[in-house]
Amino acid sequence: MPFDAVDLAKAPTGVSGFDNVTLGGLPLGRPSLVCGPAGCGKTLFAMTFLVNGATRFGEPGVFMSFEERKADLTANFASLGYDLDGLAAAGKLAIDHVRVERAEILETGDYDLEGLFVRLGYAVDRIGAKRVVLDTIESLFSGFADPSVLRAELRRLFGWIKDRGLTAIITGERGDGQLTRQGLEEYVSDCVIVLDNRVEDQITTRRLRVVKYRGSAHGTNEYPFLIDHQGISVLPVTSSGLQRPVSNEIVPSGIPGLDAMLRTGGFFKGSGILLSGVAGTGKTTIGSHFADAACARGQRCMFFVFEEGADEICRNALSVGLDLRARAESGLLRFEAARPSLYGLEMHLARMHRDLESFRPDVVVIDPVSAFRGPSTEVHATLLRMLDLLKSRGITALFTSLRADDMQIDGTDGLSSLMDVWIKLSDVEANGERNRTLYVIKSRGMGHSNQVREYRITNSGIEMIDAYIGPEGVLTGAARLNQEAREQAAAMRRLQEVERRRREIARRRQALERQIGELRADLDAGEEEERHLLDDDQGHEATLASDRTALAALRGTAE
Amino acid sequence: MESADADAGGDSYLLRLYVAGQTVKSLAATANLKRLCEDHLAGAYAIEVIDLLENPQLAEGDQILAIPTLIRSLPAPLKRVIGDLSNTEKVLVGLDLRRKDESFP
Repeated sequence: MPFDAVDLAKAPTGVSGFDNVTLGGLPLGRPSLVCGPAGCGKTLFAMTFLVNGATRFGEPGVFMSFEERKADLTANFASLGYDLDGLAAAGKLAIDHVRVERAEILETGDYDLEGLFVRLGYAVDRIGAKRVVLDTIESLFSGFADPSVLRAELRRLFGWIKDRGLTAIITGERGDGQLTRQGLEEYVSDCVIVLDNRVEDQITTRRLRVVKYRGSAHGTNEYPFLIDHQGISVLPVTSSGLQRPVSNEIVPSGIPGLDAMLRTGGFFKGSGILLSGVAGTGKTTIGSHFADAACARGQRCMFFVFEEGADEICRNALSVGLDLRARAESGLLRFEAARPSLYGLEMHLARMHRDLESFRPDVVVIDPVSAFRGPSTEVHATLLRMLDLLKSRGITALFTSLRADDMQIDGTDGLSSLMDVWIKLSDVEANGERNRTLYVIKSRGMGHSNQVREYRITNSGIEMIDAYIGPEGVLTGAARLNQEAREQAAAMRRLQEVERRRREIARRRQALERQIGELRADLDAGEEEERHLLDDDQGHEATLASDRTALAALRGTAE
Repeated sequence: MESADADAGGDSYLLRLYVAGQTVKSLAATANLKRLCEDHLAGAYAIEVIDLLENPQLAEGDQILAIPTLIRSLPAPLKRVIGDLSNTEKVLVGLDLRRKDESFP
């Protein structure tokens, strides 16, 4: 807990979140006032403070109840798993019910409340208590006629608590125009906490605010808090800046074809992924893949579902070959299912915060965020904080979102700008059938495919198929198959044509070569004849020459 | 714990006075009680004075808050008055001690 030694010493309450808001807890050895309207959780807050003190911080406590009887308290808190009888038997907790009955009290002269001091002192000494709760001390005002005596005695009581060094919670009912009906804040001025229970649009949101905390810094906002079977938890709305550690680690989507569309082969760890699509495009199925893949890697996954039950998700995932039930049984996967209308947005956030703290998942699936309805600014703010919550913990989160036609559902459209990756699912209706396609609109910090891909949801999961993109546009399903068949036939025809041409060429070559052979033979024959003729000529010439010589010789001799 | 017994008759009163130490109020209450009993219950009462500083564990059982507190544990039902018992009329009403002839003169 981040506080310096010079700061006020504090007693941790063990209420998750509250100790962060107050930087350590309630002021040690002083009384604090917890006030609010009926049913806002004052008694629970106070009892949690005592039980945590007894079980976790080694500080026994005394619960002085002015309203509920001991048996009622024990029964009420048993539902939260608090064993008050057991703690009392172990000497860690003392419960004293102070019954104040106006009708039974007749005042016959001067009196004081020394009896209360004696009882409290006795209980404190008996178990060595360090913590005290007075719930609700204002009941005294209805029991005694003279408020001036009472006020003096209360002042004395709070002084006594301080002197004894007891860390105390005084609860008070909210009054008109002041924090408590009887103005207890006048007496208990070190630390005042106001609990509130507001109903907006028929949905209740509990809020806690530290009104004042003398001598200590504290968060000043109204913090939503949650009461359920696990007790009370406060959601500190951290002003989470944008200085978050970033990671280059890659978290695969669980669908190889989808990973292949991202240059890095998956999402960055700690990124937010938005999966938006119209009804029936398999958003939850892709989410299931993502969850299953995380578990297969041995990581922890938390599945927040808002429209289905965990069992339904498991059954449906089984139809695509994913055994999420086994993952859940192995302890790596946890479902948290709740109707969006069950709590207000703040409460959902608080619940989520608590679940993340307790389960510490590596990846989270939120299915679907579009289930959150409300004023769009509020939804947007809630989702922003949800994303902050996840990112600050380095959790990779997949958000699914329902799109109606080409519009995002109210309030979630701004979501896309917060997300690191946006994958859009759509279905293409043509030729009497619907086919699913997917494309990556953006993926921060990594290259991604610009292709529209078709995918099929098969018995063995989601299967990505190259979509046909040609002059006729994107073809999917049967049209794609048709086109593929046509192309195959065309290719076959082309192949045959080539073969035919090849044969033709060979044939022509043969014919030409034969012709060449014939011509060559002709040529040879011609040459032979020519040679013959030449030989004949030469013989003739020689004969002529010799004849001429002979003739000349004859003539010469005759002349 | 000190007690001042008289003979315990059939309609005897058992009164317990809770005090915390010997304060002015405690002493006044004790004196007032004794005087009142002698005046109205002579011979038919028993007083038990309990000092919570000595026996703090007894405070819870009788739901003691204010000091002094006087409890009429017998006869039933249990009656309780607080204060130093200086207002005798109120004490008599509170303890149901006023006889019928006294309440309607």
